Amino acid sequence: MDQIQKTLLEQVADLHEMPEGAYNIRSNGKTMERVTTAHIDILTKDDKQGIDILIRSGTKNESVHIPVILSQSGLTEMVYNDFFVGDDCDVTIVAGCGIHNSGDADSRHDGVHTFYIGKNSHVKYVEKHYGSGDGKGGRIMNPETVVELDENSFMEMETVQIKGVDSTRRSTSAKLKTGAKIIVTEKLMTHGSQTAETSFQVDLNGENSSANIISRSVARDDSSQLFLSKINGNNRCAGHSECDGIIMDNAKIGAIPEITANHPDAELIHEAAIGKIAGEQIIKLMTLGLTEEEAEAQIINGFLK
Amino acid sequence: MLELQNLFFQVSDDNLSQKEIIRGLNLTFENPSLIAITGPNGGGKSTLARLIMGIERPTSGRILFNGQDITDMSIADRAKAGISFAFQQPVRFKGIKVRDLITLAAGNQVTLHDVCDYLSRVGLCARDYINRDVDASLSGGELKRIEIATIIARNTPLAVFDEPEAGIDLWSFSNLIKVFAEIQETKDKTLIIISHQERLLNIADEIIVIADGTVQARGKRSQILPELLRGTESCQRVRGSNF
Repeated sequence: MDQIQKTLLEQVADLHEMPEGAYNIRSNGKTMERVTTAHIDILTKDDKQGIDILIRSGTKNESVHIPVILSQSGLTEMVYNDFFVGDDCDVTIVAGCGIHNSGDADSRHDGVHTFYIGKNSHVKYVEKHYGSGDGKGGRIMNPETVVELDENSFMEMETVQIKGVDSTRRSTSAKLKTGAKIIVTEKLMTHGSQTAETSFQVDLNGENSSANIISRSVARDDSSQLFLSKINGNNRCAGHSECDGIIMDNAKIGAIPEITANHPDAELIHEAAIGKIAGEQIIKLMTLGLTEEEAEAQIINGFLK
Repeated sequence: MLELQNLFFQVSDDNLSQKEIIRGLNLTFENPSLIAITGPNGGGKSTLARLIMGIERPTSGRILFNGQDITDMSIADRAKAGISFAFQQPVRFKGIKVRDLITLAAGNQVTLHDVCDYLSRVGLCARDYINRDVDASLSGGELKRIEIATIIARNTPLAVFDEPEAGIDLWSFSNLIKVFAEIQETKDKTLIIISHQERLLNIADEIIVIADGTVQARGKRSQILPELLRGTESCQRVRGSNF
């Protein structure tokens, strides 16, 4: 592994060395390293690019890392990763993609992650995106996440894209059965002329299922963002979506939240707020001795923390 | 320590005509003490506080702090020079924790123990608050106490408080008086407190009355407070006779 690959790995998976537990590191279109455990198996797909991750019922306190790194300019790939999580599990899954593009051709990673989460299982899923390199070629990522939550299961999903990705179209959809719960936290920052579109569709099909989608984003320079969320309450359920956007310079942010109650006991809420950093916030931090620039950085860091 | 020389502050109103909020104000604050500034609403008290911190800039006049002309200095430079400011309506932040705000106020050289100490002094149990966001989940009284804790953490020779009693409950208010009295006892700080509250005026060394953008009266508490209270009583008497 060269220095660029190591840096990408560090950014997308917080990994300085090889992770503990199961992992599969994909680099420039090929599997570079793979380790499985007694409870977690990783198999290469026969029919298309990608892997199947099989987590046995009852697996507790284990983790799977599946980072993808692209350092070869001009590489385009489409990868399908399927996660089969058994019943009564408690696992952490860390994915993420880092692209370093120092050439003139676009580098692009499209990934479809499908989760089948068994009864009473808890999955924490963390996904980070990062781009670097000074080439004219774009760094493009289009992740799609599909989640099926069985009875009383719980998924916490955290997605972070802070730096260097020129174009991204993120799509997440989830179907929840009785008592299932999903919490999605998205942190996004765009700058330059970057574009980012994120869309969520959640179907609350089971009784007492719930969803909470929280998006915090900062758009700077001439970048643009679009946030779409659609929650369908098809049973007695609770759904909440929240989009908070800070807009700076000439950037643009659009938020289109949609909630549909198809059942009289569905309780659905959406909130969306887009605006500049409040002047009083900057002034307060300046009265503590910070310059205007330091105050702005502090507010944004806190907002995206 | 602080000198306001012939200070004027004008704003444009809706009809684009100029309105004078502060009109030729001269004030000198020499020794460390607790000075309460009071007067009718709209008289220019809060504007004066904001002019001292640099949040507003005077139309004309000079402001000197420890002999240095700070009239054109930024808010941040005034803060570094030793002035702190407590907002009438404390600012909320999404994502900044109580602990972060107090650490920033103290200049990043504080231990967790110090942060807890500042919060305890304003009557907050540190364990319940340090990891909470300074956002809408906190009540007005809690925010106000955290605001005061940031001023204690700053530990500057001059602190300006803009209506510290606004928006807080009675219990918090009693506690607040205690905090001011404790700072006053150290005799090494100047506290300028904009207030309408008799209980706050009651602990001031000096009281300044500001109305129509100028100083109407200034003197020791023993001289000014009885006059102010007489004014209030006469109002009550007038109201009593009419209703």
